[in-house]
Amino acid sequence: MTIGLNHFLFIGAVLFVLGIFSMLYRRNVIAVLMGVELILNAANINFIAFSRYGGVNISGQMAAIFVIVVAAGEAAVALAIVLNIYKNFKSVNPAEVDTLRD
Amino acid sequence: MHQLITFSLIILGLPMLSFLIIIFNQKRLQQKAHLVGLPIIGTALALAIYICYSKLSGIHETLNWSTKWISFGNVPGVGEWNITTGIMIDNLTSIMLVVVTLISFLVHLFSSKYMEGDIRYSRYFAYLGIFTFSMLGIVIGNNLFALYIFWELVGFSSYSLISHWYEKPGPQLASKKAFIVNRVGDVGMWTGLMLVFGTFHTFNFSDIFAAIHSGLPTNFSLLGLSPEATLTAAGVLIFCGAVGKSAQFPLHVWLPDAMEGPTPVSALIHAATMVAAGVYLVCRIFPMLTGDAMLVIALVGGLTSFIAATTALTQNDIKRVLAYSTVSQLGYMIMALGVGAFSAGFFHLTTHAMFKACLFLGSGSVIHAMHHSLHHLHDHHTDPQDMRNMGGLLKKMPITGYTFIIATLAISGIPLMSGFMSKDEILAGATAYSSLQGGIATLLPWVGFGVAMMTAFYMWRQVFMTFFGKPKMPEVYAHIHESPKAMVVPLIILAGLSFWVWYGANPIDPANGWFMKSWAETPAQIVPHNTAPAFAMHEGSSAKEVAGPAHEMSEHGKVAEKVELMPHQEMLEHKTHEVAGMGMIISILCAITGIALAWFMYLKNTALPDKIATMFAPLYRFSLNKWYFDELYEFAFVGSFMLFARMCSWFDTNIVDGAVNGVGKVTIVFSKLNGWFDKYIVDGLVNLTAGITQLIGSMFRSVQTGKIQTYLAWTMAGVVVVFAVLALKML
Repeated sequence: MTIGLNHFLFIGAVLFVLGIFSMLYRRNVIAVLMGVELILNAANINFIAFSRYGGVNISGQMAAIFVIVVAAGEAAVALAIVLNIYKNFKSVNPAEVDTLRD
Repeated sequence: MHQLITFSLIILGLPMLSFLIIIFNQKRLQQKAHLVGLPIIGTALALAIYICYSKLSGIHETLNWSTKWISFGNVPGVGEWNITTGIMIDNLTSIMLVVVTLISFLVHLFSSKYMEGDIRYSRYFAYLGIFTFSMLGIVIGNNLFALYIFWELVGFSSYSLISHWYEKPGPQLASKKAFIVNRVGDVGMWTGLMLVFGTFHTFNFSDIFAAIHSGLPTNFSLLGLSPEATLTAAGVLIFCGAVGKSAQFPLHVWLPDAMEGPTPVSALIHAATMVAAGVYLVCRIFPMLTGDAMLVIALVGGLTSFIAATTALTQNDIKRVLAYSTVSQLGYMIMALGVGAFSAGFFHLTTHAMFKACLFLGSGSVIHAMHHSLHHLHDHHTDPQDMRNMGGLLKKMPITGYTFIIATLAISGIPLMSGFMSKDEILAGATAYSSLQGGIATLLPWVGFGVAMMTAFYMWRQVFMTFFGKPKMPEVYAHIHESPKAMVVPLIILAGLSFWVWYGANPIDPANGWFMKSWAETPAQIVPHNTAPAFAMHEGSSAKEVAGPAHEMSEHGKVAEKVELMPHQEMLEHKTHEVAGMGMIISILCAITGIALAWFMYLKNTALPDKIATMFAPLYRFSLNKWYFDELYEFAFVGSFMLFARMCSWFDTNIVDGAVNGVGKVTIVFSKLNGWFDKYIVDGLVNLTAGITQLIGSMFRSVQTGKIQTYLAWTMAGVVVVFAVLALKML
């Protein structure tokens, strides 16, 4: 059995689903951020896979590198938000941060 | 402008000046107001005497000065139409000027002591000023419109002076009564004025007479009457004003009540001048009076003099006796004018002004003395005006007493006195008229002589009760003193003017005295021939043409006074000369009988009056209660007016207010319904909408938890659904 495109896509999907579930159910915002990273990397795997097996060639790798860069920025911003959330709510549990309701 | 016209304008202005100075300086002048009034009126008096002297001695024509007053422009159907006003000075005016200013001056002088210490001393003198002004205005005006304006002004000043002591209810009511009763007469007068003006378009006396003389226009008609009857109506209507002002039946009720005012005011206004204004008015319109109008005037005058004389018999208030005597004498004057005895009527006006002012001021002097004596005794219950509390005052107050007796001699018609001359001429005139006219007029001489006797009786009753006999209240009598100089000097002057010598040389031949012969000549009546008294036609003298023009305009606009009398007037004059001697004897007999009766009842046999009063109790009460006129008017006019007012009030409270309230109630019911509809239907719908919105909102609200993980879950669910749909489509 040769490793083909579908295997990569499968791994990406698994990573994506893991990331989603991490975002939905973790009780710590840091963990939620980690879920976001998982989702981004699931997308990266798909870009790389299509770069190798599909017709997008080097563009896929470039997109992946962009995603990594953006993810770094995103992480910085997101962590700053997390710090502020903690300052305001004395908690990092996303279930308790519900002032958006009002 | 003639010099005398200028002077008369100054005379008119002077009392007004006095009024203005005093009224604006009341606080400053206080008890010194007479120092302003006296010299001013004195100046007016001096000027009036000068005018009178120059007019009577040298000028034979009427002085007339007119100026355009109100311009109506070019009126369609009439042409250029203006109202002119101006001044006319004839003998009547010049004599009245002296009478008014003289009495006014003496009353000012008398009041300066009589009113001493009064709280409204200065106001009193101010109103005396405006009264004199208004009265002079009546006298010098040459047209009915100006006369009417001043006529109302004297009414106003009379009102203000009667209510001088307005804290008391008596003067308050009396002043209102005087004003309202006068208004009743003035309505008639105004109607008459409009009737004349509507046809002749002028108020000027001489113009009106000239227009009537040149023939009555056919459109001169009131309520479809013929022009002749309308002329009668106009005369009677204008005479209505005199009925009010001169207190003639049936409007005589105000004058006795007007005695509530200060006594000098009664002397000036309610005896000598204002009430004579009515007589003066009739003198002025005398040329336009028709035979029928004259009969009405004569009967009204006769009836008035009779009613008032019978009432005066039993009155006990010293001023009320004089008041009724005034009404009675005014009736005499009116009767004189009615019977065509013009000179006699005006003569009596003049003589009456003098002796009645003297009597009133004399009674004022007595009241003053009584008041001070009672005040001294701290007696505030005894009436100082009741003659039953007096008696024997002649010894204590000789000047007041003797002047009073002189004036009483004059009014009762004793020879050598002025009243004898004028009254005698009136009686002769009435006798002549009744014998020519016949019918109901035959009563007039009887009334005249009867009233003469009653006058002598009640006036001497007053003298005996006041000045003779034993004092009824010795302790009051003890403190009576003669009044001060300022009060007795006017009495002496007026008593002096009550002698014959001022009016004619021969005391028993007044008709040839200078007053009647040359000062107050009868003017020609310029009415159409067929409206003259009926007797002139029966006699066949109607063949004579209508009398020549009464007023011939000379080139200077002056009216010649030389007149040719109408046939009936000449007949009256002849007849008057015939009966004069007989009348004189009867009149003297009447006067002496009256005096003797008074002497017998009130000095000789003092128990007799009470006996007679009980014997003829109903008659006595009838006279004492003034013929029940006040009660009758109270019932007939005041009562029915009040009933009408109550009906109006009932209509207002029940019907008008009821309707308003009903509308209000209907509105309330309607608005309640409306409110219910609004609350439950309109608001219900709105609330329902809101409720549904709220329900939907609350449903959606539960989705908005504010938790990002929930949102994310929903997002994912959405994504799954989208993929599911896409997947299904692909299959």
